[in-house]
Amino acid sequence: MAKIIVVTSGKGGVGKTTSAAAIATGLALRGNKTVVIDFDVGLRNLDLIMGCERRVVYDLVNVIQGEAGLNQALIRDKRSENLHILPASQTRDKDALTLEGVETVLASLSEEFDYIICDSPAGIERGAQLALYFADEAIVVTNPEVSSVRDSDRILGLLSSKSRRAEQNRDPIKEHLLVTRYNPNRVDDGDMLNLEDICEILAINLIGLIPESEAVLRSSNQGVPVIHDDKSDAGQAYADTVSRLMGEDVPLRFQHVPKRGLLARMFGGGSRR
Amino acid sequence: MKLLDFLKGERKKSASVAKERLQIIVAHQRGHRGQPDYMPMLEQELLEVIRRYVKVEQDAINISLDSEDDCSVLELNVTLPNRE
Repeated sequence: MAKIIVVTSGKGGVGKTTSAAAIATGLALRGNKTVVIDFDVGLRNLDLIMGCERRVVYDLVNVIQGEAGLNQALIRDKRSENLHILPASQTRDKDALTLEGVETVLASLSEEFDYIICDSPAGIERGAQLALYFADEAIVVTNPEVSSVRDSDRILGLLSSKSRRAEQNRDPIKEHLLVTRYNPNRVDDGDMLNLEDICEILAINLIGLIPESEAVLRSSNQGVPVIHDDKSDAGQAYADTVSRLMGEDVPLRFQHVPKRGLLARMFGGGSRR
Repeated sequence: MKLLDFLKGERKKSASVAKERLQIIVAHQRGHRGQPDYMPMLEQELLEVIRRYVKVEQDAINISLDSEDDCSVLELNVTLPNRE
């Protein structure tokens, strides 16, 4: 039985797809058979972030409508053999996804994989609700910014009421907070919400902190999930997040501005604490 | 140094403003969480009925549904204007 994890946020542009791609890749690199599904029908982008956009032949909607088999639509990742991508349709409308169809697809994937990562579309409409409906766990991606935090709280409301677990009165979806685009310099200046405040307002467990990083854009330009860039702060922060997801206890990094000595500042050397 | 602190403290840090605003809006949102879908409509229509008789503001009405065990209480709070 696979663990189904939805990556969601409510607000758009906070890093859902970047996070879904990085986390799915990280899980696969750690030896888990992982599939990542793009639920953003009509506006697919996961394929671009994963760098497999030219290999898309069939998609999730084709599979649901019986036009292609699951194995025809699954794309094997170039870099890790444990990882597969199920792209969203570019052309169809959102109504092409049905609850029963999604359930069937997830059930068959569940037999083959350890982890199923669902990359949710933005918003709280049907597409987002379908992406979270069958989830066992949820990663709520939040930026340190008022609209993102508020929308995350709305999504938490949906997770606790509009999911299969909620409707069947089973244990609730396990909710994790992933704070992205965190800038400790601005936090120190008092112009960005700090991590403690976000955790206090949303009152859910923190799974990771991703600093604002130039590596993210560089990675998406190249179609290589940022977790492959293990020299970068964001790549390392995602690797930490994956470890925590797998139940390891990893200390939090990148929360504070690194303290560097004068010499290090002059010569650009010195390690990040 | 004290003077510097004073000058710095002059402008409230924007992050703490953000936190205060969020705490209020999130508490409000949570109040509505788990409510039946018809609640906003019910609130709107009740307000319309009340306004037929008393002149109250749009936000003068507060409605909530609390459930305890096998009993649900619909609480309606209307702030009436001062009598002229």
